[in-house]
Amino acid sequence: MQEVKDRAKQLLADGTVNRVVGWKAGEFSYDITPAVFTSAEEIDKDFIYNDFCAPNLSKYLIKESRKEGKLLVFLKPCDTYSFNQLLKEHRILRENVYVIGVPCTGKVDIDTVRAMGFQGITGMESDGENVTVHTLYGDKTVLKADTLGDKCKTCKSKKHVVYDELIGEDGEVNTDGARFELVEKLEKMTADERFEFWRGELSKCIRCNACRNVCPACSCENCVFDNPASGIQQRAAVNSFEENMFHLIRSFHVAGRCTDCGECTRVCPQNIPLHLINRKYIKDINEFYGDFQAGEDTETRAPLNAYTFDDCEPGIVYSRGGNE
Amino acid sequence: MMFRLPVNRLDDLFAAVSAVNSLYLPVDGNDGRASYKKWVEGTKLSSKLNTVRSAKDFFFPQTTNLCDFNVKDKEIEVIDIRADSEDFVVFGVRACDARSFTILDKVFLADPIDSYYATKREHGTIVTLACTRPEENCFCNVFGIDMTSPEGDAACWLTDEYLYINANTGKGTAFIDSIKALLEECSDEDVKAQQTTVKEIAGKLPFAGVSTDYFKKNTLLDIFNSEKWEKLSESCLACGTCTFVCPTCQCYDIKDFNTGHGIKRYRTWDSCMYADFTKMAAANSRNTQMQRFRQRFMHKLVYFPDNNNGEFGCVGCGRCLSRCPISMNIIKVIKAFEEE
Ligand code: SF4
Ligand code: SF4
Ligand code: SF4
Ligand code: SF4
Ligand code: SF4
Repeated sequence: MQEVKDRAKQLLADGTVNRVVGWKAGEFSYDITPAVFTSAEEIDKDFIYNDFCAPNLSKYLIKESRKEGKLLVFLKPCDTYSFNQLLKEHRILRENVYVIGVPCTGKVDIDTVRAMGFQGITGMESDGENVTVHTLYGDKTVLKADTLGDKCKTCKSKKHVVYDELIGEDGEVNTDGARFELVEKLEKMTADERFEFWRGELSKCIRCNACRNVCPACSCENCVFDNPASGIQQRAAVNSFEENMFHLIRSFHVAGRCTDCGECTRVCPQNIPLHLINRKYIKDINEFYGDFQAGEDTETRAPLNAYTFDDCEPGIVYSRGGNE
Repeated sequence: MMFRLPVNRLDDLFAAVSAVNSLYLPVDGNDGRASYKKWVEGTKLSSKLNTVRSAKDFFFPQTTNLCDFNVKDKEIEVIDIRADSEDFVVFGVRACDARSFTILDKVFLADPIDSYYATKREHGTIVTLACTRPEENCFCNVFGIDMTSPEGDAACWLTDEYLYINANTGKGTAFIDSIKALLEECSDEDVKAQQTTVKEIAGKLPFAGVSTDYFKKNTLLDIFNSEKWEKLSESCLACGTCTFVCPTCQCYDIKDFNTGHGIKRYRTWDSCMYADFTKMAAANSRNTQMQRFRQRFMHKLVYFPDNNNGEFGCVGCGRCLSRCPISMNIIKVIKAFEEE
């Protein structure tokens, strides 16, 4: 998108900002790296915004907004929710950030494309409708809708909830509830089946911490899992109990703050559908305390941090089939 | 000497091997990604090029129990829990991963020998499988690895009709002897034909021409002090995924676990990408992510070759390319320096 690049260069040139946090092109079309740009030359050379720029840049602002001068950041609709949530938690210095909302029609996910059977992918082009995949063994065009990652297939909103300036038209919040379909499927399982499902998934975990480190809600300076006094190593799960524990604690710790940005699942090298754990919490919060979307604004008190007389009673657990 | 077996008898081969030893091979999961699984009746060999985790897991697992201690008053009893390993066979290892064992051997089998690793190496037979459809991320050839002629105890080639097998070591010969009833001796014509075709593809891989000369020509300190590290590492999440999926990453940490009635000493993989990796009683020698990031690549591209007659500590498997959440990797590092 030339418009995005041009705007970045203008704001650098007129001194509004002294650097730009954006996406850098890689070796292939899909291996995009978040980067900081400080000159028009760098932007011309490497800056990119297209259907492959999935990384959420908001978490980088925790560090970046504390550096000298004002910065420009480009945020997709889902990224703005993370940004807001981080503002609410006083993790980003808002006055040091100039936000431009950029439109998004869903990002192509390399692992989804590979799972479609493509091998040796040397490049991809998207025209918004179709994606042409170039491989060492021939080219083929497929529907873009089929190439989206989990987070984009069930995108919660095309609306930017915070920005200083917008490029393109703003979209709408998606209210079709499609993102909860898989959660509902899991809810319908028996407890044993569900346990089996999650054991199957979590047993693949290599404890690489990609999910934690990419998560905008995981911003503790010292993570509980890095506590040397915990008595266990935390570098690897020694047994299934540790595997479950890591994921339950991590997910509960971000419950009510997780914006459902989907980054955890996107980066997991083992393809574990981590977002489903947090979507379950989101769904439960909606049902118990009324609809709530983390990151929608910076003022509303989160249901798990507030008390009202309408809050559900703990006994709800039993009426929903929990063990006495 | 080349032997072969019709592909429709692969199951018989796996069954025959399994009857004697545990057999592990790459299997597709329900998400289409491959991982090593123990063969049981009905297990199908994966059609994927490589597994997400590497084959180093068999010899250097993510966690290893080292020894136990019994503590009574002021007496400490050390209990050696080392057990002999059973014999096992790993089938379907690719050329890149096969080479990783040469690298790991230089670390774990050098004096003082790591007996945990050595035992596994002694009891494991590695049967490799030549690649026919490399991925864009593969650059084993940059490190002089021939994907069409993998190392390992015995090497295999798969065509539409046959599985060809040839021994590289004594262990490989013993392996072939143990399944000889299923095999027939044959010429290596078909294998040679496959090798020619695949070598042509290999020559056209996107990274086939990448040069590592920069790291041979420049001094350790020049590379270490380069300004490039800052930019290369700026968005690294310090997750350590690259180190955990890497077949040649070898760092571990040792920890004691207090069970209440004794101590269990164990080790787990560690990662130079983590902030506490170099934490010592007095201080931490690497305080920024740039320093940690630099360490990973200096180790593979400079320190390891400096100590091992120029051999690089990377086998070009491409795992860190496909799995890094921010798509920063050893190829981008090599290329950034080569640009000069
Ligand atoms: S990213 Fe995946 S493999 Fe890594 S720690 Fe998280 S769940 Fe485990
Ligand atoms: S838990 Fe996952 S979906 Fe939720 S905020 Fe963190 S990375 Fe995003
Ligand atoms: S550094 Fe990357 S490409 Fe090299 S062996 Fe390790 S994972 Fe493979
Ligand atoms: S890096 Fe080489 S040996 Fe390894 S899987 Fe790719 S082509 Fe095969
Ligand atoms: S280089 Fe990539 S995989 Fe490695 S620690 Fe940094 S972000 Fe994680």
